[in-house]
Amino acid sequence: MRLVLVSRRRISRQRQFATPVVALLVALAIGGLIVWLMGRSPWRALQVFVIEPLTDPWALQEVLLKATPLMLISIGLLFCFRASRWNIGAEGQFLLGGICGGGIAILTHGMSGFWIMPLMMIAGMLGGLAYAAIPAVLRTRFGISEILTSLMLVYVADLLLDYLVRGPWRDPKGFNFPQSVSFSDAAVLHPLFEGGRLHLGLVLALVVAAIAFVLFRRTLFGYAVAASGDAPRAANFAGFNEARITVLVFLISGALAGLAGVVEVAGQVQQLRPGFGQGLGFTAIIVAFLGRLTPVGATLSSVVIAVLLIGAESAQVSLKLPYDLTRFFMGLLLTCVLVGESLDRYSLEIQRERT
Amino acid sequence: MRHFLKLGALALAAGLAAPALAQEKLKVGFIYVGPVGDFGWSYQHDVGRKAIEAAFPGKVETTFIESVPEADSERAIEQLARTGHKLIFTTSFGYMEPTLKVAKKYPGVKFEHATGFKRDKNVSTYSAKFHEGRYIIGKIAGKMTKTNTIGYVGAVPIPEVIAGINAFYLGAKSVNPDVKIKVAWVFDWFNPGKEGDAAKALLDQGADIITQHTDSPAPLQQAAARGKLAFGQASDMSRFAEKNILTSIIDDWAPYYVERTRAVLEGTWESKDVFDGLAKGKVKMGPYVNMPDDVKKLAMETEEGIRTGKIDPFTCPIVAQDGKTVECKDGKLNDGQIAGMNYYVQGIEGTIPK
Repeated sequence: MRLVLVSRRRISRQRQFATPVVALLVALAIGGLIVWLMGRSPWRALQVFVIEPLTDPWALQEVLLKATPLMLISIGLLFCFRASRWNIGAEGQFLLGGICGGGIAILTHGMSGFWIMPLMMIAGMLGGLAYAAIPAVLRTRFGISEILTSLMLVYVADLLLDYLVRGPWRDPKGFNFPQSVSFSDAAVLHPLFEGGRLHLGLVLALVVAAIAFVLFRRTLFGYAVAASGDAPRAANFAGFNEARITVLVFLISGALAGLAGVVEVAGQVQQLRPGFGQGLGFTAIIVAFLGRLTPVGATLSSVVIAVLLIGAESAQVSLKLPYDLTRFFMGLLLTCVLVGESLDRYSLEIQRERT
Repeated sequence: MRHFLKLGALALAAGLAAPALAQEKLKVGFIYVGPVGDFGWSYQHDVGRKAIEAAFPGKVETTFIESVPEADSERAIEQLARTGHKLIFTTSFGYMEPTLKVAKKYPGVKFEHATGFKRDKNVSTYSAKFHEGRYIIGKIAGKMTKTNTIGYVGAVPIPEVIAGINAFYLGAKSVNPDVKIKVAWVFDWFNPGKEGDAAKALLDQGADIITQHTDSPAPLQQAAARGKLAFGQASDMSRFAEKNILTSIIDDWAPYYVERTRAVLEGTWESKDVFDGLAKGKVKMGPYVNMPDDVKKLAMETEEGIRTGKIDPFTCPIVAQDGKTVECKDGKLNDGQIAGMNYYVQGIEGTIPK
């Protein structure tokens, strides 16, 4: 006797919507069980991990603040992943965006003017875009795997940032510590509400999500991207240029990651310093898949991941639960969603072995 | 009359509430850069936290948030401030700006930032003279090395780490003029994988003793795996390499943490900067082991000398790598010069990463 996965003929629509919800519930149930085994109240954990971050105004702002760069990056990544181009280096494009945008902030330090912030954003987008163009061109010109090149370029970006904040952009009054000056007022995204830190970046991210939604649903370009991912040969025959699509999806992905970089440095960090990336570019890969490679899904799963991250801190404070538990929860959630997705496409059947 | 009664009831309630408030526990919060289980830096801060609980039973409640990235720490610090913590220790250099930002929003909360240099009305800074310990282990290493090459695993090239390298080298050179040190940078405080790799690379380059300024026991374990000698960092790391450890530099934050908590409880807390070492017990040395008696004696004498003020690791003249003599007033460098050190002393090869 053995278990086999049998491909389903038809994937029902209800199933597609129900699966992520069921996966989430299963993850919560397993998580609750573990919290209970650790001697804490699962009910209280649910409150701290999930309910408080979404209901307390301060925590909700922090959740959305955390979700903002994740949304921007993951929506950019959708374009690549839909087309089966594997941009693993969003982190590097994110850093480059922050460096270029932050560079404008440092060069205009002490100045004021409404033009500084838009200029930073344009610089950041161009930075991320140019950086993403490298793996794209290497692939289309020389057939080099974009997975490797985009990933390796993350470390180059890391070192570039390190060089800049230790060298030319180091704060002259900073006792030689590796960080830039704190940005002037004009180069900072100010809080939307008193007492919180949420800024305009969220609005930007939501607009981007809406545009992506329309692009995928209503335009030939969106169709071409999806087609070249699902059936590259057919797409070729249909006249979609493979190389052009590769470059385009990388440029979009890079520009959005770059924008996220500007939003992060101008919003919550407000200076350039090593490690401002925090691995958000990698987390966004998980977010994109968790959201099943759709703009709406990516937007929602950005919030889900942000809730987990914020909830983790609250859990340490009010339940004295260890940090590692959060990472475990994230893995658990992703596993449940992926298993759910497989069960969408395949049914599990027991086969009796003939002897 | 009814109004009067109401008022009386209110006054009574207020009167009852006051003593209840006075008995409320003081909540003390900690932000750690690594996991409490790093057995180095964050672990020692956590030992300090437990000491507070032991010193004021029933009067305090402590909380910590671990593995908080420096670039994303503002929220974690605010999380503590807004949940009623009245004294908050932020225990890594990179928490400086976020601590100051949150402190402005919560003027009633006292903040203590480790190893920084910016203060405010409700923000103190504190650090320890780790370089005193490094001078001692420098002498031990200078005596014990056979290849005259010592490997140094550095975390991040900030002044605290640079001063440590300089003190170590000056100690080693004082007993062995031919000694050379090689530095490998990890650019991280806690990253056992990278720390171990750095130690391996240094051993491959001929180092026969490893010392480290990072938070995990990985470099020590790596040295031990090759049968080489090494030092422990931040906590007594003997248990990780009993046969290969020479001694450890131990950070003891407990007395300081207890003192500052008492100050808050008694209402005498003031913003200040505290920078002390062996003399006040904030830096301690582990047992001197796996070395001949004369080296052990030398180490103990050096330790005693620094403690009593007879020996200072940065006794002038101090010559920088570029050959310039460092400006010097009282026959030794002052605390500010050490806290802002950004140059190697003469004799160290290589450059500080820029």
